Amino acid sequence: MRLLQLSHSDLTRGVEALRKAFRVEAPLPERDHFVFGPLPAGAALDLSAANTRLSAKSVIYPASEKMLRVSLDPAKEDHHVYREADKDYSPRAVLGIRPCDARAFTLVKPNFDNREYRDPYWVRSYECSTFVGLACKSPCSTCFCTSAGGGPFDTAGLDVLLAESGEGFIAQVLTEKGEALAAAAGWSAAAPEGAEAALSAMKAEADARIVSRIETEKIPGKTILSLFDAPFWDDAAFACINCGACTYLCPTCWCFDIQDEAHENEGVRMRNWDSCMFPLFTLHGSGHNPRPNKTARVRQRFMHKLKYYGDKYGGGIHCTGCGRCVTHCPVNIDIRRIASLMNGYEPDNACAL
Amino acid sequence: MENPYLPIPVRIDKVTIETEDRNLKTFRFVYVNPADENRFQYKAGQFGELSVSGKGEIPIGIASSPTEKGFVMFTVNKVGLVSSALHDMVEGDVMGIRGPLGNWYPWETLEGKNVVIIGGGFAFTTLRSSIVMMLDPANRGKFKDIHVVYGARSPGMLLYRDELAAWEARDDINMHITVDSAKDQPDWKYNVGFVPAVTEAKAPKGDDDTYAIVCGPPVMIKFTQPVLDKLGYKHDHIIMSLENRMKCGIGMCGRCNIGKDFVCKDGPVFTLEQLNKMPKEY
Ligand SMILES: Cc1cc2nc3c(=O)[nH]c(=O)nc-3n(C[C@H](O)[C@H](O)[C@H](O)COP(=O)(O)OP(=O)(O)OC[C@H]3O[C@@H](n4cnc5c(N)ncnc54)[C@H](O)[C@@H]3O)c2cc1C
Ligand code: SF4
Ligand code: SF4
Ligand code: FES
Repeated sequence: MRLLQLSHSDLTRGVEALRKAFRVEAPLPERDHFVFGPLPAGAALDLSAANTRLSAKSVIYPASEKMLRVSLDPAKEDHHVYREADKDYSPRAVLGIRPCDARAFTLVKPNFDNREYRDPYWVRSYECSTFVGLACKSPCSTCFCTSAGGGPFDTAGLDVLLAESGEGFIAQVLTEKGEALAAAAGWSAAAPEGAEAALSAMKAEADARIVSRIETEKIPGKTILSLFDAPFWDDAAFACINCGACTYLCPTCWCFDIQDEAHENEGVRMRNWDSCMFPLFTLHGSGHNPRPNKTARVRQRFMHKLKYYGDKYGGGIHCTGCGRCVTHCPVNIDIRRIASLMNGYEPDNACAL
Repeated sequence: MENPYLPIPVRIDKVTIETEDRNLKTFRFVYVNPADENRFQYKAGQFGELSVSGKGEIPIGIASSPTEKGFVMFTVNKVGLVSSALHDMVEGDVMGIRGPLGNWYPWETLEGKNVVIIGGGFAFTTLRSSIVMMLDPANRGKFKDIHVVYGARSPGMLLYRDELAAWEARDDINMHITVDSAKDQPDWKYNVGFVPAVTEAKAPKGDDDTYAIVCGPPVMIKFTQPVLDKLGYKHDHIIMSLENRMKCGIGMCGRCNIGKDFVCKDGPVFTLEQLNKMPKEY
C-alpha cells in the first residue's frame, strides 16, 4: 500500500486523464439525489453525495442487460441458435464509490464466481473495473457498517481509497489495479510524513461516529429451522406492502429474472433484477406457490441476509450496513430490529417472549 | 470464459404424444454439432433447461438414459408460455438445451442395493432414465432387486406405455403399475388403486440395503411417506427430487432456494433426512 497526496486540481486533472484509458463512472446528481452512471464529457466529478440513493451495484450488474441474441429468420444460417450479446468490457474506473458499496461486491462475488460456475457477465464486468473509493468522514445516522463487518474507511473491494484531508485528499493505493489507475491519472506525489497517523486518527473518529448497530452475534449458533419457525415473522411482516424497494436499493441483493424478448426476426435473452418480495418470484406454472404469502417473503429476505448467506458461504451477513432499506422502506421495516429479534430468539424460552 | 447461459443447439428429431389428453409430449433431440454430445454427459436424475428461441427457457428432467447414445430426450407437460410454445414445435425445428444441471440420484450409494422406484403422474421422467440405465446389461449386475411402483389417473395417462409393457415381461425388474381407475379399459391387467396403497401392498420392507426413490405430485408424496415409515424405511434411505420455480439453473438467480440450499444446484435430489432439516418451502 502506498499513500499519495492529491490536491483538488490533481483530482480534476486526473479524472480528465483517466477518460483516455477508462470508461469513467461516478455519482451523478439527479434532482434531489445521486445515482451512479457514466460521467458525461465535460462534467466535473461531484463528490458531495453522502451516498447514491440506489447502490452502485448497477455499475457491475445493470438492472436490465442483454445476455444472448438470436435470429429467428429462417434465411439466416444460424437461425434459432443463441449467441453471446456484444458487450463492452474495456477498462472502467468507478470513482467516488463508498466503502460499503465496494465491499458489497466482495459479498456478492461467491454467488457469481465460484468453483462450479462463473457468471461471465458479472465476472467480466467486475474484473474490468477499478474502484476508487471515498471514505466516509461524516456517516449518516442510519449507517451501521461497523457492526456489519465493514466501516467508513474499510478498504475491502477497493483499489484506491481517497480520504478528504485539509485542502485535498490522502489517497491509499491498495492494489496493482490501483497503481495502474494512479499512473494513468498522473497521481504520483507521495503523501507527507504523518499522513498515515492522520489517516488512522480520521478513521478512528469516523468509526466512533457510527453508533447504530446490527446484532447478529448469536445467529450462527441457531438452526435454520428454529429461526424459520420463530413466532415473530407475522408481526415483523405485518406492515410490508411487498413493494420491493428494499431489494432494488440494496447493494447485495442479487436476484434476477431471465426473459426472452422478440421483435420480428430478432430475439434477445435479457436478465432483469427481480425481487423475492414479489409473489410471482416463486409461483409455479401449476399455480402452486411455495412462498404463498407476505410473511413467507419477508422471512426469506431477512433469513437470506442474516442466516442462509452465512451458513452457505462460511460466515458473516449479507448486508453491508448501508442503511438504504432502513431509510427508504415506506412502512419503516428495519433490518436492525429484525436482526435483534432473530439474535435474541431462544426457542426453548419461546413462552417467555 | 465459458458461458453457462449459452444453450447447445439441438434439432428436434422425434416428437411422441404420450398421453390421451395430448398434454404430454416426448421430444427427442439430436445435436446440431455432433461433438456437443460430449458437453452433455449426464447422470440419471439431472435436468436441463430447454430453450425455445425467442420464447424462454424451462427446467425439465432428462428422460433419456446416459446409456442411450446419440440423442437426449425430455417429456414435457403443457402448462404455460414456454411449454406451450414447445408443444407447437415440430420435427426438424432447431432450439437449445443447457446443462446437464443439478445433482443426480446417488448411484454411488445405490450400487449393490435394492432400489424401489415410486412415481406418480408425469413425474416419471427421470425415473425412466434411471430404470433404463439400471437395466442396461453393463449396469444391471450392480444393483440387487429393482421394484417400480408407478401410477397415473387412467391407463391412457401413463407415460412410456410400450416400455412399461416390455419391463413387465422381464424377470429382472418387479413392475407394479397402477391406475386410479380403469373403468374405460376392461382389459386392464395391472393394479387399480393409488400409489401409496400399492406401495404398501407390493414394495419390499425397508432395511439397510433398500433405498426408495420417490417422485410425484405433492399429494402422492404426502401419503406415500407414512407408508414408507410403516415399511421401515429410514429417512436417509428415502430419496426425493424437488421442483421449484427456476431460471438460471446454476445457483445464481436466487429463485429456487429452500433455506440455504438451491434446488437447482444443491438439488434437485435430496434425501428425506436432509429435507427434514429444511424449511417446507417447496
Ligand atoms: C428440476 C425440475 C424438473 C422438471 N421436470 C419436468 C419434466 O420432466 N416435465 C415437465 O413437464 N415439467 C417439469 N418441470 C416443471 C416445468 O419446469 C414447468 O412446468 C415449466 O417451467 C412451466 O413453464 P411454462 O413457461 O410453460 O409456464 P409459465 O407458467 O408460463 O412459466 C413461466 C416461467 O416460470 C418458470 N416456471 C413456472 N413453473 C415452474 C415450475 N413448476 N418449475 C420450474 N420453473 C417453473 C419457468 O422459468 C417458466 O418459463 C420440472 C421443473 C423442475 C424445477
Ligand atoms: S421496502 Fe419495506 S414495504 Fe417495501 S418490500 Fe421492502 S420491507 Fe416491504
Ligand atoms: S440489507 Fe439494507 S442496510 Fe443491508 S446492505 Fe442491503 S440496503 Fe444496505
Ligand atoms: S434457478 Fe437460479 S438459483 Fe436456482
